[in-house]
Amino acid sequence: MSLLVDALALLAILLGLVFFAAGTAGLLRFPDASSRLHALTKADHLGLGLIVIGLLPRAEAVGGPARLIAVWVLVLVSSAAAGPLLARLARRR
Amino acid sequence: MPDLLLVAAGLVLASVVVGLPRVLRGPGVVDRIMAAQLLGTGGIAALLLAGVATATPAFVDAALVLALLAAFATIAMARAAPGGDDAP
Amino acid sequence: MIADALIAAAILAVALATVAARGSFTAVALFIAYGLLLSFAWVRLGAMDVALTEAAIGAGLSGALLLGAASRVARHPVAAERPPGRAMTVAIGIGCAGVTAALAAAILALPDPAPSLAPQVAANMQATGLGNPVAAVLMSFRGLDTLLESAVLVLAVIAAWSLAPKESWPGPPGLVQPLLPGGPLALLARLLPPLGILVAVHVLWIGKDAPGGKFQAAAILAAMWMLAWMAGRVALPPVSARWLRVVVAAGPALFIAIGLLGWLTEGAFLAYPPGLALPIIMVVEIALTASIAVALALLVIGPPVRRA
Repeated sequence: MSLLVDALALLAILLGLVFFAAGTAGLLRFPDASSRLHALTKADHLGLGLIVIGLLPRAEAVGGPARLIAVWVLVLVSSAAAGPLLARLARRR
Repeated sequence: MPDLLLVAAGLVLASVVVGLPRVLRGPGVVDRIMAAQLLGTGGIAALLLAGVATATPAFVDAALVLALLAAFATIAMARAAPGGDDAP
Repeated sequence: MIADALIAAAILAVALATVAARGSFTAVALFIAYGLLLSFAWVRLGAMDVALTEAAIGAGLSGALLLGAASRVARHPVAAERPPGRAMTVAIGIGCAGVTAALAAAILALPDPAPSLAPQVAANMQATGLGNPVAAVLMSFRGLDTLLESAVLVLAVIAAWSLAPKESWPGPPGLVQPLLPGGPLALLARLLPPLGILVAVHVLWIGKDAPGGKFQAAAILAAMWMLAWMAGRVALPPVSARWLRVVVAAGPALFIAIGLLGWLTEGAFLAYPPGLALPIIMVVEIALTASIAVALALLVIGPPVRRA
């Protein structure tokens, strides 16, 4: 059982890393600021979410799963607001 | 498992640092502002991974602070940027 | 090891790009990235308290302060009209290189292992009732430094306010922000401050046993207040408001009063009565958090400005 949980957790973290790498690739390769913003926000925040999911089984080591989820919620809320602001800025210029 | 988590934290940091040249080169201000977001989220992910790996709750507190202040810095920059809502 | 090399290389690259940046906005944006990277380095060095402070004050609030300065300079481009001449540029470069070389020499000249008071701190920490050695140093062993630091913030607010033009005195600090009817910033200004206040209280309270404390908590509170202000959700009081001035001065004043009390009862300034150290320290921490939060926000927002 715990082996299965560990394997699934590692899979989620690995997927999260793939999203981080994809975000970086998009940041480097995409032609304009709007698409780079898309790469950064989508990939980073999905990547962070997957990493948080992967860490949940071991969350007791850092004070419980609620704390990890709180970090993710904070990042989601703030990036949901920062994204449109930056996109508008990119379009205006 | 803890070792693997530390490796993952290193990989996240590496991917953030690899993305930095875009931020340094620009060309637009939006690319520069994205630096705070990139470093913020990457740093948060690395802190969470390292925190669980070493069983240090303080890392999660640091991630919380980083999440709040990186968001504040991003918003402040988006408003103050040339062309932004609060630009001169 | 590889992670350390990456962080160090990134810090150097971003620092160089910050110095070489042409526009002031670009330089500030890169400076914020530099502050975030620096906080990663502090985490790697095991100095979590310093990392938290660097992320909160170095990157977050100092960044916002510099953004405000950059846009003020852009509005009144007096300084930009006369760029420094070549001789001046070279002199500045030599001066900076000199300071850097002196710092490097000082670091390299340190004996190995470097002199440390850590064993004394660990041996005497339990007298304070605190579990975080950094908090014990800041609030007890070197309490005087912390007292002076917090008093400096009061003086800084007075100095910033004294730059206000006469016709805008005593208006509210900064520009009046219109209330945003909707949109991303309005949403964030409603959602984030309640969460932020919760995190700030948590960071303040755990500061006695774990990394955290008043400065980090105050930086978060100041950022949340400014976020609500940016979206027009809270109006700032005029600088003549009594409560504003009382809050800014209360923390340092209480700290000084407690210091004098220690002098009367224990025979030394800032000496805490045995057994009462922890409650006294926590009361001072809470009062200082309020004072520092308001002072930091007032410094970042700046003095009252002329209505256009």
